[in-house]
This record gives sequence, structure tokens and C-alpha cells, in this order.
Amino acid sequence: MSMPQTTGPQTGHRASKSLLEVDAGTRRRNRAEARFRSYGIAAIGVAVLALVLLVTSVLSNGLGAFRQTFVIMDITLAADTLDPSGTGDVDAMKRVSTIGYGKLLKTALIADLESRGIPTEGMSEKEIAGLLSKEAPAQLRNMVLADPSLIGQTIRFKTYATGRVDGYFKGRVSMESAERDSNVTPAQLELADRMRAKGLMSVGFNWGFLFGPDASELRPEAAGLGIAILGSAYMMILVLVLALPIGVAASIYLEEFAPQNRWTDLIEVNIANLAAVPSIVFGILGLALFINFMGLPQSAPVVGALVLTLMTLPTIIIATRASLKSVPPSIRSAALGVGASKMQTVFHHVLPLAMPGILTGTIIGLAQALGETAPLLLIGMVAFVRDFPSAPPEGFMDPAAALPVQVYNWTQRADPAFVERASGAIIVLLAFLLTMNIVAIVLRRRFERRW
Amino acid sequence: MMKDNRIEERTVDMDMTETKISARNVQVYYGETHAIRDVDVDILDKTVTAFIGPSGCGKSTFLRCLNRMNDTIPICRVEGTILLDGEDIYDKRVDPVQLRARVGMVFQKPNPFPKSIYDNVAYGPRIHGLARSKAELDDIVEKSLRRAALWSEAKDRLDQPGTGLSGGQQQRLCIARAVATEPEVLLMDEPCSALDPIATAQVEELIDELRRDYSVVIVTHSMQQAARVSQKTAFFHLGSLVEFGETGEIFTNPQDPRTESYITGRIG
Repeated sequence: MSMPQTTGPQTGHRASKSLLEVDAGTRRRNRAEARFRSYGIAAIGVAVLALVLLVTSVLSNGLGAFRQTFVIMDITLAADTLDPSGTGDVDAMKRVSTIGYGKLLKTALIADLESRGIPTEGMSEKEIAGLLSKEAPAQLRNMVLADPSLIGQTIRFKTYATGRVDGYFKGRVSMESAERDSNVTPAQLELADRMRAKGLMSVGFNWGFLFGPDASELRPEAAGLGIAILGSAYMMILVLVLALPIGVAASIYLEEFAPQNRWTDLIEVNIANLAAVPSIVFGILGLALFINFMGLPQSAPVVGALVLTLMTLPTIIIATRASLKSVPPSIRSAALGVGASKMQTVFHHVLPLAMPGILTGTIIGLAQALGETAPLLLIGMVAFVRDFPSAPPEGFMDPAAALPVQVYNWTQRADPAFVERASGAIIVLLAFLLTMNIVAIVLRRRFERRW
Repeated sequence: MMKDNRIEERTVDMDMTETKISARNVQVYYGETHAIRDVDVDILDKTVTAFIGPSGCGKSTFLRCLNRMNDTIPICRVEGTILLDGEDIYDKRVDPVQLRARVGMVFQKPNPFPKSIYDNVAYGPRIHGLARSKAELDDIVEKSLRRAALWSEAKDRLDQPGTGLSGGQQQRLCIARAVATEPEVLLMDEPCSALDPIATAQVEELIDELRRDYSVVIVTHSMQQAARVSQKTAFFHLGSLVEFGETGEIFTNPQDPRTESYITGRIG
């Protein structure tokens, strides 16, 4: 605002001053530069802080999901309850429901407590059995039906403790909160403490969280990500297989072959716009096109993959075109000059040079697709799925979940144990993304090394 | 006037050679711009023809017409006839890819492929199927590199990247790549403008060598270079061919006042 007016030779900046003295203008310039640097450092500081907060909050909330409280008990699989017909026929044994197994578990647990001399101080049988997850009878039943020879033996059975007890050991549930909680009593928590001291209960790594199916509202301790991970993996495979060739072919055509006219301009503008379309719009499109019109099954990875492909294509096309454009034209002239055809020029020279950029763009697109939730909600991936999809290719048509949708699902549930699960799922999702980015970097390095 | 003592020796056996490329009434348009007008030129076999003229005069554009490199520019339009051995290269039946195998090109900036030296030279023969075996391909690569005077420097590092060579070596590699496809005409678009004087001298010597087998057309900014390497010189100005004749004649006794102004340094 108040720049000094240089009117005469005496007031000029260069008026016979020593280089050792810094003049006012230079000092102002240096101050401005220092100011700008500090803005930059502050901006980076804010970004790093946000990242650190995000990671610590996710890790502190979610790491607990990978550890779980288990009850390890000895149980005698009485033949008269589990195989009343005595024939060993699996179909006959299926008539024994989880209620029958539940009773067996209850008596076994009480017997175990007694034999190890753990006092139960007048707790009801129901209260004692309440320490076990509601999933336990089903787990035992599946185990027996899978291997009927176990009947009659005494086995060591490891099952989940109920979510509240697990929460107690992780600090989520306290004696005070248990007073007000209809699902757990302080007496149960004290018993759990005693059981842990005697080795009847332990906390360990929970593979079931990574490989098990989802579980219902009432049994958070048994909920796993297996189907969601599988569903996401299936979708990523399909998206890669569909979007990479289509995207690269479209980009090569637009960049190297298409005439420059109004149509290609229109296509170009539309691709740029598609990249900015909210993802939920793609979900509605997928619902109308793939499910309602084409009659593909709901909740199937194939439908999710088709929708995500539509969503990823613009990203891949834009990245691919940019990297094709960055290949120097002299390479094209060189190839054409020795008599290579247009296609030979592109495939022998331009494409290999553009490969690092194409791969980076593709993996960024895939990472975007991996984290996408909204369109999947609309095509039914939000459904509660307990059965694992079969192996591909049939599995692509089976109902499955997806990682981000699983996160969304779990945050909707009432039991606070699911908060931990949701954060755990986010950690898994982030691990997936990190892996994909590392793959992208490795691939880029490998391709770039070929000069 | 240029006084190069080699000019006088140049007028040899000019009558024995035959016309390789004959251009008649060539017009080139870039969109609405009329870039080249009414150019008539006969390019002789086994002769070096130089195109000289100030920047933007259309000499490179005309050169690129000779192997239809201008086809890659969508707004460029070429009219008139250009005959290679009596056949119109702009005929609808002509595949420019086939034409470019017979009319090779070396560019202003050395542009080796980001591949090994061997692969750079072998690329043309490979895509045109000139070699039936690896041994034959090795022969072609060696012959081409020898012809480009690069063999002694490159023979121990054939598997190393061509982009790792020095500028002059890269340009000679590009020449080797161009001659590997056995072209009949070699177009050179200011091949020495990115090179130092020593590399320039090597390339110029090479051009003189190449004259034994090919018809060479060279675009150059340097009048000394045109005088040193060429037998025929064409002077372009503002899109027109002003004067075309024996190099010695053009430099010692130009007919057109514009030519005289240019070679004495008054325009351009």
C-alpha cells in the first residue's frame, strides 16, 4: 500500500548502498517469504495432526476388536442328548436344536466351575450360563454335526464369552455400569474375574473377527468380517478385470486415434463430469439397470462390481489419458518415422512408457471403489449375510457384504461392542488400501526402471 | 560468398543420377494458413539435397510431406503431386506406413526409443520382417551401426539404453535406426542443430558417406553445413521455393536477389 515512491536519484533503492546492508525492499521481501513458509509449515502441521488424530482414534477404538475373551471349558458330549436315536445318523442328529446344546453347555460349565473350586455364591444357573456367548450352542452344534465321532468324548471346547464380559476385560464395562445393565450383573463380572484367574477364561487373538461371518445384534462377540472381506475382494477383482481394459482401451482410442471434433469434445466433457457425479447416483443407476432391468441378483458382488466399474472408469480414463499425453511426441514420430503403424507405435512405445501412470491411476480408482459405500447400499449389499459366497466364478452371484458397508452396518447397531467392531473393520479397510498403494508404488518402480 | 573449397569438387557425375522424388505444384495448408505454395523440386538419387531458408519458411513442412509425416497433423492438407519413382505417394492406395519404410527420417532432436541400443536399431527390421533369424538381425544391426559410424563406440554396450548415449551418439543411433530398414531416401530435419561442432562434423561426414547408397534430403539452418554436405540446394522463403540448383551455383552465383540477401546474412 505504501510503496516508497522513487522520484529522484537520491531516493532510489540502489543509491550507492553497501551490499552488506539489507535495504528495506529486500527486507520486506524476505519477511514475506518467511511468512509464506510458515503458512506452508502450518498447513502441513494441521494435515499431519488430523492424520495422527484419525489413526490414533481408529487404532485405540478398533485394536480391541482383534482380541476377544474366550471361555475354555471341558465338555462331555453325551450321546443320549445329542444322538437320541443312537444311530450316528447326521440327519437324525440335526433334530437336536441349539437349545439342547445350550443345556449341555450350561451343565458342563457349572461342573467345570465346581471341579476347579471356583465359588459361584448362589448365582442362578441362568446367570452362570449367561457368561457364554449366545453363539456358543450353535458353534458346538456345527462342530458336532461336522464330526459326529466326537459324540461320547470329553473335549476341550473354546468359545466366546458374552460381549459384556469381554467389554469388562477391555474396560468398556465396569461394576457400576453393570448395576444399571439388564444384560449383565456385577456378580457375573466377579465370577468372570475368578474364572480368568483359574484359566477358564482367557483373552487372545480373535481369528474369527477376520474370517468369521457377521453375527446378529445380540452376539457382537461373534461378529466377523470374513464375508465382507471376501465380498470386497471379489468386487475388486471384477472391477480390475472390467475397468482396466475398458478404461485403457477408451483412453487410447480417445488420445491416439479419435479425430478432434465436436463428438470427441462432448465425450471428453462428459467423462470429466462423470468423475464428479455423486456415487449414490451410480447406485440408483445400478439398481435400475442391473437389478430391475437385467435381473441380476441383489447383494451380489457382480452387481456391486458393475456399479463400481462405472464409477471407477472416469478416474482410470482421466489418469490414463494424462499419462499417454505425457509421453513425448518425439517417441511417436520416431516410431512412425521407421515405418511403424499407428497401433505398433502405441503398443510398442507409447503404452509401455505410460504404464506407470496408468497403473497408479487404476489403483487409485480401485482404492476409491474399495471404500465406496453409498452405491452398495442401494443394490442390497447392506443385507445381513451369514453364508459365505462360494468360490468364483459362481461366488460372484452369491450374496455377500462389503467392508465399508459392514462398517456402516455395525455403527447402526445398539450394542456398544459394535463400535469397537466398526473401528476394527476400518483398520482392516485401511490395511487393504495401504497394501494396494504399496503394490502401486512397487509396480510403478518396476516399470520406471525400464528407462 | 561462401568459399568452401569442396564446392568445386561437387559437380561430379550429376548427370548420371536419376530423379528419385519429383514434386510438382505442391501446396500445404494448415487449416486456413497457406504454408507452402507452388513448390516444384526434383530430388536426385545418390545425392544430398539441402533445404535452406529462414525459420518458418516451410522447409521442414515440405520435408515432412515427402514421407507423409504431416498426415499425423489433423489440420494439415497437402495438394499437388509428389512422385517417388514415378508413383504418387499421396494416392489413396498408398499406405503411409509402407512409404515410411522406404523414405526414412531423422529428426531434429535425437529421439532414441527408451530401449537398448540393439533394440533401437532392430526395431524397424523387426516390424518389417527384414530378418528371418537372430543372426540375420544381428548382422543388420551391426551393418547399420557401422554405417552410422557408431559401431566401434557401441559394440560393447548394445544392451545398454540408447538414451544413455551422448547427444551426438544418440543422433547417429537414430541414423542407424533409420538406415536399418533399408530406405531409399533419408530425410533429415536439422539433424545437427542439437549437437556440438565435433558431433556435427561426424554426422556431416556420415551424410557424405550415406550419399553412396541413398538419396539424402537435409533441412538445415546452417548455410555452411548446406555448402559442406550437399550437391543440390533449395532456398525456401515465406513458403515458396525461391531458388533451386547446384549448391556451388546457389552459393557463388545466386540468381534471385532474396537468395543473395539470405546467404549474405541480410534476411533470416
